[in-house]
Amino acid sequence: MPEISRSPATPATTSDNRSAASARPSRRVFQHRILRRESIIGWLFVLPALLMYAIFVLLPLLLSIQYSFFRWDGIGPMTWVGLRNYITVLEDPDLVATIFNAFRLVVFFSLIPVMLGLVVASIIHRVATGRLGAIARTVLFLPQVIPLVAAGIIWGWLLALPGLINQILNAIGLTSVTRAWLGDFDWALPAVGLIGVWVLLGFCTVLLLTGITKIDPALYESARIDGASWMTEFINITVPLLRQEIGVCLTVTVIAALAAFDIVYVSTAGGPGNSTAVPGIQIYILAFTEQRIGLASALAVMLMLLVLIVILPIQRLSREVMR
Amino acid sequence: MRVGRMELVTGRTFLIVLMAITILPFISIFVTALHPSGTVPNGLEWPADPQWGNFVEAFKVANMTALLGSSVYIVIAVVPISLVISTMAAFAIGLLRIPGSQVLLFLFVFGLTLPFGGIIVPLYYLERAMGIYNTRLAIVLPLIGLYMPFAVFWMRAHFVNMPGEISEAARVDGATAWDLFWRIHLPLARAPIASLGILMSVWTWNQFLLALVLVEDPTQRTMAGALGAFQGHYATNVPLLCAGTILILMPTLVVFVLFQRQIITALIQGSVKG
Repeated sequence: MPEISRSPATPATTSDNRSAASARPSRRVFQHRILRRESIIGWLFVLPALLMYAIFVLLPLLLSIQYSFFRWDGIGPMTWVGLRNYITVLEDPDLVATIFNAFRLVVFFSLIPVMLGLVVASIIHRVATGRLGAIARTVLFLPQVIPLVAAGIIWGWLLALPGLINQILNAIGLTSVTRAWLGDFDWALPAVGLIGVWVLLGFCTVLLLTGITKIDPALYESARIDGASWMTEFINITVPLLRQEIGVCLTVTVIAALAAFDIVYVSTAGGPGNSTAVPGIQIYILAFTEQRIGLASALAVMLMLLVLIVILPIQRLSREVMR
Repeated sequence: MRVGRMELVTGRTFLIVLMAITILPFISIFVTALHPSGTVPNGLEWPADPQWGNFVEAFKVANMTALLGSSVYIVIAVVPISLVISTMAAFAIGLLRIPGSQVLLFLFVFGLTLPFGGIIVPLYYLERAMGIYNTRLAIVLPLIGLYMPFAVFWMRAHFVNMPGEISEAARVDGATAWDLFWRIHLPLARAPIASLGILMSVWTWNQFLLALVLVEDPTQRTMAGALGAFQGHYATNVPLLCAGTILILMPTLVVFVLFQRQIITALIQGSVKG
């Protein structure tokens, strides 16, 4: 009875299937025919998704690579320039700066939210398991659901000269440090970074909190019986056992930092000067205001490679620990 | 669990302060929105004469009715189609395990980390050539394509974990691949499909870059894209800009408050699986 019901479509059982099939050759032929028919139907199932993906993602991806080897203004003929565009990206101080800026944003978009998120999550876990914890979860998560554009506009106003931040600084007697934060060459990037902290902190906190609740409570119990402080518990239990969640947080936030566009575009548009220009913004400016499609594409290809190069080790590290 | 009283107080105070800091920006723009249009108020100052009319004016000048319509249109065009085609593909890859499914899976997973900025330039020229530039389709079609890596990956994770016995039992009754999909596995996949639907709706509603580059007319854009255009026009009129921002945020906030549990869970699971 069981071998009749085994179908080629459920390879979870392939090994028994194979022995049953080799015992009865005729059945094997029959199965083979079903298999072929099914695989054709199966491919029809995949086809729509594959087509949309191929036309609107893979094709543009290949075009990006193609454009990156040409000089092109978007209208006239394309001129082959080989690796010239890539060399320009690496040599032009303004373009190299965008890549450095992206990594500086990683500090604000990734490191701070993840570290602060760990602290906040463990505090919620320790002192606010009830109603307060639930409210904190919702409130902290709020900035994550609004459009990044809105976050940029809101903070554009808060960080402006008459905005809330300066008003608070004035109130506590720090009038000397007040400034138009987003218009200041030294402070614009950290200010943009602050917007990222606001947006991503809740996300990291909630994700890490779900991780903490999966940790065996007995570990915490015994630590507390030994009179462990918050700090000991944090360093010896919470952080090591959350490696996988930390990996996920880092992956998501690092991509958000390297590929940042919305917040920067709305709050500073890359300025003042070039001080907050990140690759996403620079690609947009090169392609759509300066009409240098080839150069924009070379930067785009490098951005995609950069994300892969940074993400793969994080993925590998957090997965390995799991085994 | 035993925690010292001192720690309890410090910890909870810290949380409350943190929540206040998180909320403060919303309060600030709300207060600012009530100041007379065209003035430059202080960051957190209750106006002498609250101008509730600013919201009405922002509603009119931002053309909110058209914006809402456009965003809803785009979400309705993107999400159901994406759900159907990604679920079908994931079913074939994860459950039928058709020949080549490993290659297909790799191909889709490859797109998971792809920044939209990486392909936006060719997408622009491609859409001009296809004649869909500056229409809603210019946002809808690429978004469906761009969601495929995540959506297929997400749904495959569900199908791969379905016990084989379910399909086997159906096979005994002579079910075809289509029956298996439509009658048996689709109803069983309702929960992950719902989460995926929530995720893609939020992402679509908030999509900015595609709207900015591929559609010039704000009334054909997503909510986030329209907000960008609104900012361009009213950057100097802070109270009106704040009022407009609040109006554009309202739908998102209302939906979030209503479905917060589902949305938080979906967003968290989404990143863990991705």
